[in-house]
Amino acid sequence: MSVSKVSFAKALNTALADAMEASREVVVFGEDVGTLGGVFRITDGLTARFGRERCFDTPLAESGIIGTAVGMAMNGMRPVAEMQFDAFAYPAFEQVASHVAKMHNRTRGKLSMPLVIRIPYGGGVGGVEHHCDSSESYYAHTPGLKVFTPASVTDAYVMLREAIDSPDPVVFFEPKRLYWSTAQVDLDELRSQYENGTLPRREGRAVVAREGSDATLISYGPSVPVCLAAAEEAARDGMSVEVVDLGSVVPYDDETVAASVRKTGRAVVVAEAQGFASVASEIAARTQERCFHSLAAPVLRVTGFDIPYPSPSFEHHHIPSSERILDALDDLQWED
Amino acid sequence: MSEPTPADGESAAQEHTPPVNPAVEASKNFGITPEQYMLPASSEIRLLNPDGSAVPESEQGQEPGHEYPMPDTDRLLTAYEKLVVGRRINDQNMALVRQGRMAVYPSSHGQEACQVAAALCLEDDDWLFPTYRDSVAVMSRGVDPLEVMSTYRGDWHGGYDPRQYKVSIQATPLTTQLLHAVGVAHAAKLRGENTVTLAMCGDGATSEGDFHEALNFAAVFQLPVLFLVQNNGYAISVPLSSQTRAPSLAHKGVGYGMASERVDGNDLAALLSVLGRGVELCRQGGGPLLVEAMTYRMQAHTNADDDTRYRERDEVSEWVAKDPITRMQRYLSDQGALDDAASERISEHAEAMAKRLREAMASKPELDPQDLFRFVYHEPTTQLREQAAQLADDLSREEA
Repeated sequence: MSVSKVSFAKALNTALADAMEASREVVVFGEDVGTLGGVFRITDGLTARFGRERCFDTPLAESGIIGTAVGMAMNGMRPVAEMQFDAFAYPAFEQVASHVAKMHNRTRGKLSMPLVIRIPYGGGVGGVEHHCDSSESYYAHTPGLKVFTPASVTDAYVMLREAIDSPDPVVFFEPKRLYWSTAQVDLDELRSQYENGTLPRREGRAVVAREGSDATLISYGPSVPVCLAAAEEAARDGMSVEVVDLGSVVPYDDETVAASVRKTGRAVVVAEAQGFASVASEIAARTQERCFHSLAAPVLRVTGFDIPYPSPSFEHHHIPSSERILDALDDLQWED
Repeated sequence: MSEPTPADGESAAQEHTPPVNPAVEASKNFGITPEQYMLPASSEIRLLNPDGSAVPESEQGQEPGHEYPMPDTDRLLTAYEKLVVGRRINDQNMALVRQGRMAVYPSSHGQEACQVAAALCLEDDDWLFPTYRDSVAVMSRGVDPLEVMSTYRGDWHGGYDPRQYKVSIQATPLTTQLLHAVGVAHAAKLRGENTVTLAMCGDGATSEGDFHEALNFAAVFQLPVLFLVQNNGYAISVPLSSQTRAPSLAHKGVGYGMASERVDGNDLAALLSVLGRGVELCRQGGGPLLVEAMTYRMQAHTNADDDTRYRERDEVSEWVAKDPITRMQRYLSDQGALDDAASERISEHAEAMAKRLREAMASKPELDPQDLFRFVYHEPTTQLREQAAQLADDLSREEA
């Protein structure tokens, strides 16, 4: 047991290895995940350790990857499929929306889909077109899917283990720009806590990442560190800002979010995806429905613009920044 | 793309050597080239003429690697009974739709030989992946017709337990199920199980991207999957000539490095022989394989379709003469295997099945609206529990 500097990517890699160690039903596949270890190295070393039968490269065909994962899940496996980039997952959308999401319901529970679709997502890494989408709303809108997106190194490990152990299909969004972020974590301790069942479950539970009393920032994935930075800055101006990290977008934790907003009376939803008809819109609507009498101001949203994800030279305008979050906090009708 | 690096002791160079293909090995047994083995025979395999006479061996034009024996009479008689039952159920269901007792039924009238052969060539532990038109195949595999038909009555999206019968839910989207079949086969292979998966689709479906991806995945991972394309000439209204310029659908197999065959889809004897050998090859590690069965949908796409808008009556009449039932009936009668008593017994069996279905469909099942929320996830989310309570509340107020 020792605390050491662990990257988000290493936490994910360790979670995959631990899950494969724990169960022979877990198989990992996708494009370049074998010999190369994935373009982000999240599957690094798995083929060498577990063999080509359990971590393997597939032909370049995303619908094929998810469609065969469905069949494997039907036949007793727990597949973990990697989509190389967010926008490259679209060819698989029919398999996801029509089969992954519906098979359990279609068969009245006779067939389960215990599979995980890992999707590196979001921008902020200077990626070109089709490599930076925040596509979580498409999946969150689809009944039958669970949607997770961790924002911390610890959650990267814990939530991926939970996703793999879930009897329901999970679309697991990995914020690309957090891959290289690090934290002091004891992975051995985390593993034994997870496997002993002594860790609190993360699925369906939002967590308060920073406590505050004046306003709540509700966020998930790559926007959580931005919110924490904004809260830090606001504190210097004497404003106490609470940050709620969803982690689990679906199932959604109304209770924790509403409790925070009822306490602070003001809320801003922050997400990188374009805002129209988005997860952020849903959170804003639900928060207003539940907290209307506690609110001193309308719930605001800070999101990406309603534009296709821009080229690297423009992306800093698009991604919610600390400044835009602070501006939104200022707009929460403090004088009324 | 980065250069591959060696892993688990294999050198990177080995990754670039041509893949070992069981079809290449198999071709050596026949003294023919791998391409000759993978390509279908120059004409479709037929063992029985439309008039019920056996095709003489001299006229079969059988080529090395493409020889198929006549199945024995007992097997044909068993299959014939399922053919007659299948036809009766098809026609019964169309009547139930006309009476408003079933929401919809895509009939396989005319294609029953493909349906029966697909089911009969599999062992108990093998898997079948049917489409919406393949209800007769599903029933021929042993699934209770009532469990199959509850879907078409509109009770739920699927009625039977796929794992119990090793029969997947009937697919409505085109060829998505072929990939599921490949995944099932892959899982079985990883566990060292010797099961074969038979996956069905139609001619129009071969234009779908998932058809390509499924065949390619199956070939790359050398999986025991038998793909059966029922080519009935039309995708609703669109003829095959608008789907492909390939010499035949079976010819697509060679592009994936798999052996393929074309068979008369209204000749139950030929189907049993070709599919039977295909399943056996798959079981021995020679899969995947592609079989194209040439057949015809005698009725409209569904009850909601009007086929007079896209095909001539003369064309439909021509296929009446090629009916799979009459040809098998004549052959078995000529063999002395089907006397009047046997015929009588078989039609009574078919009639009893139809009667049971008729009576079951006349009854209104008890449906629980709360089921709408029960199976979305293993445990309903908080939001679904709230919505379930809301619906229950709405319903209790309606009743009050």
